[in-house]
Amino acid sequence: MYTQALDIPQQNPEAKGPRVVENPAYQAEFDAKVDAGGYIEAKDWMPESYRKTLIRQISQHAHSEIVGMLPEGNWITRAPTLKRKAILIAKVQDEGGHGLYLYAAAETLGVSRDELIEALHSGKAKYSSIFNYPTLTWADIGVIGWLVDGAAIMNQIPLCKCSYGPYARAMVRVCKEESFHQRQGYDLLLTMMKGTQEQRDMVQDAVNRWWWPSIMMFGPHDKDSVHSTQSARWGIKRISNDDLRQKFVDATVEQAKVLGVTMPDPELKWNAERGHHDFGAIDWDEFWNVVNGHGQGNVDRLAARVKAWEDGAWVRAAALEYARKQAAREHQAA
Amino acid sequence: MERKEWPLWEVFVRSRNGLDHKHCGSVHAPDAKLALQVARDVYTRRQEGVSIWVVQADHIVASDPDAKPELFDPAEDKIYRHPTFYQLPDEVNHM
Repeated sequence: MYTQALDIPQQNPEAKGPRVVENPAYQAEFDAKVDAGGYIEAKDWMPESYRKTLIRQISQHAHSEIVGMLPEGNWITRAPTLKRKAILIAKVQDEGGHGLYLYAAAETLGVSRDELIEALHSGKAKYSSIFNYPTLTWADIGVIGWLVDGAAIMNQIPLCKCSYGPYARAMVRVCKEESFHQRQGYDLLLTMMKGTQEQRDMVQDAVNRWWWPSIMMFGPHDKDSVHSTQSARWGIKRISNDDLRQKFVDATVEQAKVLGVTMPDPELKWNAERGHHDFGAIDWDEFWNVVNGHGQGNVDRLAARVKAWEDGAWVRAAALEYARKQAAREHQAA
Repeated sequence: MERKEWPLWEVFVRSRNGLDHKHCGSVHAPDAKLALQVARDVYTRRQEGVSIWVVQADHIVASDPDAKPELFDPAEDKIYRHPTFYQLPDEVNHM
């Protein structure tokens, strides 16, 4: 999967104001636990704002996994071979699984699954901006695995140690499965690069379209990041957006070389003094545009999600009714 | 009152024989049979288990986190319950 929107504000930001310490003794215990790198568990006392931040972040993350099934799912019937089709089905199923681990983690904070889904469908909750870009060719499937999942892995590994136990444990599970996603994508691209010129051009074109959106996945620059400082204090965010982005760029440049593609950024070059790659300025207007629902795919993605949910409503209702009748019958027989 | 949301089930997986079932997350399902099916799809896609338990979350009784001190602190000063409390001569200390 795919986090990013981790510090994207919700449509209705929580009221600003002086931070209230609800219970000084519990707060001190909580702070000490978090400072010592310990874990907070579901029923432990926690500040209300910590709970809200986690619900927002975990649910955005879950929504991203679920919406992320859509652009790739589009290609299942068009996979070029049975092998690639089986791989893609497994990957899309994993994304669904990741969404479910994360919804379960969010629910431990006292919010119901239906409320979470309702927030996604009404547009109140955000999901990763990356899924609002279209998947135009088969090469996009490879590039999503390589770059988008690659960026997600960078983002997610620090979350395996975040202070909220159920989230950290869900992330351990997610990260274990994520490496397959990135490697199958790169493998797909390697295969295409060994093909015809047309196929190589297709890969380059996909890289050109996905590069900038991928590095935007790390969120706003540290200086503009709304929630970062508080999240770092709480042990939810362990590494800053800009540090993670730099790490991703440095790791990816070598992989691009091996693959034989270039990044669409003339300013991307090694800076020996910093020991890192420099890169060009990010178009944040585009980023906010997409986050705020004006990307190419926003309307389609949400419409597909809502349709799937509504079309399945009778199945959910029927299953529940069947279970009720069975239980009544067993009760009678007993 | 009509309940529309499927109930919540906690999922426990035994990763291989010889090990305990371990809590690994939760799923929503209308009944036990489907809860097992969903748990299998969500939590054992890569042979992570050989056996699954599902328990409806409402049926789990948990200790109160606020009761941690009275429940667990009394064990703290009973160090004589641990083998290392007893200093034995070197020749027999592997006991």
